[in-house]
Amino acid sequence: MSDVTLTQAPVARPVPALRLWRRVRPVLLSLIVPLLLLLGWHWAVAAGMTRLIPSPAEVAEYMVDFAVGGIWDDAFSATLHIHLLASASRVYGGFVLAALVAIPLGLLIGRNAFVRQLLDPFLQLMRPIPVTAWLPLSMILFGLGARSAFFLVFLGAFYPILLNTIFGVKNVEPRLFEAASMLGCRGNAQFFKVVLPAALPSIFTGLRLGLGLAWFVIVVGEMTGVPQGLGAVIMDGRTLSRTELVICGMIVIGIAGFISDRVVVLLMNRLLRWSPSHHG
Amino acid sequence: MAEIPILDIQGVGKTYVLNDSRIEALRDANLTVKKGEFVCLIGASGCGKSTLLRIVAGFEAPSAGQALMWGKPIAGPAPDRGMVFQDYGLFPWLSVRENIGFGPASRGRPKAEVRDTVERFISLIGLTRFADAYPHQLSGGMKQRVAIARVLANDAEVVLMDEPFGALDAMTRERLQDELLELWQRTGLTVLFVTHSIEEAIFLSDRVVVMEPGPGRIASAHQVELPRPRDVASPEFNEVRRELGLRLHSHHAKKAA
Repeated sequence: MSDVTLTQAPVARPVPALRLWRRVRPVLLSLIVPLLLLLGWHWAVAAGMTRLIPSPAEVAEYMVDFAVGGIWDDAFSATLHIHLLASASRVYGGFVLAALVAIPLGLLIGRNAFVRQLLDPFLQLMRPIPVTAWLPLSMILFGLGARSAFFLVFLGAFYPILLNTIFGVKNVEPRLFEAASMLGCRGNAQFFKVVLPAALPSIFTGLRLGLGLAWFVIVVGEMTGVPQGLGAVIMDGRTLSRTELVICGMIVIGIAGFISDRVVVLLMNRLLRWSPSHHG
Repeated sequence: MAEIPILDIQGVGKTYVLNDSRIEALRDANLTVKKGEFVCLIGASGCGKSTLLRIVAGFEAPSAGQALMWGKPIAGPAPDRGMVFQDYGLFPWLSVRENIGFGPASRGRPKAEVRDTVERFISLIGLTRFADAYPHQLSGGMKQRVAIARVLANDAEVVLMDEPFGALDAMTRERLQDELLELWQRTGLTVLFVTHSIEEAIFLSDRVVVMEPGPGRIASAHQVELPRPRDVASPEFNEVRRELGLRLHSHHAKKAA
């Protein structure tokens, strides 16, 4: 057929060496900036520009001790997994709870004018309040501790999920409703067969942003006097003037946030294979 | 007693109200279509041809008159009248196979029956190799084949086509016109086809209905007596084209004067 074109058209196979280079190249490119930064950091510390920040080598050494112990053997040695687990459970707990509330609520607000008029003005009014501003109130409401952190993470993840779900539901191509109804799919059946799949890319965008914000908020949430968690480690590092501890906490949060984002992206690409902007 | 026509449009008008101003898109349209007939609606933009099609589809209710199918008023969209849109209207999250099966599955047909129907129509439109592809992986011509198959697989008696080949390149358009005629002749479908190409209208239809704007209305109807298959390069074809072209332009000239 003359008009047959598939986007995954067969490409001429390059020689193996070239193929390997094509795979390695993006990895190498992505490493350049971090390595330069590390080099600059090392050089600045070595040149004596600051006494308060340890060198990369010292941080690396401390990171090993933080993870498996055996070097300094202080209160923080070999405790990384405890703090990581504590933070991750709050991040994912708050995030899952936010998703469980925000997705159904977003679907309702997007579809139902009554619910929209009832809730949308209130939610829009609450939205500009930064999560950090909730900290004191949250401490009063939920006490000093894990529950407060959990609440702040929930709040941080809630809005991006809600707003993107509403956006997705309201922006379903009207043509698709016409197509569905002329094919015999009407009323409530359209919700599951048209609205939900059509809104899925937006919902995923919301989940991705929400999870990112959850990791963002966790440090603030764990400043409220919880004994464990990466945010607590950073706060303790600050009070004890142990900058290497602060930096270790930052690095672990960065990596953990990055990995959880990759998991969402992987899941998203799998579920949204049909979408031209998500496949691959 | 006269045979009941499959479509009977009686004095249909449509007026939209837009911020206090009334726009009359269609006035007093009368048209009957017999079962198995291929009718083209042609005219400049704003002549109400798409509005008429959408009223027959049931997407819009007429503000005056009534549209009947088999003598019964049309009340909303239904599977017996399938629409093929210019922009395809395929579900992007469903594969070719699932798009074609959407109608029968929505109407609660047994799984095995849906599967058989789908396979039959996929091979009919020659897309067996692409059965599991998603719409974004298909060319425009392939998408429109799927859109046609989706309507036929759902037992549509009337196929409504709103400039279905308007977005396709000339070569693909000609192929799809041939394929559509073949399908039509094989299945005894009734087709109501909106176009703005005189050539396309004459090539395809038994009858060409000329519409004109301001307000949109039916101006005249012309039986196309040319034998099928039609040759667009033949002198007879050109004769009809000239005649119809003059007719279309005279409507516009009258309007301009």
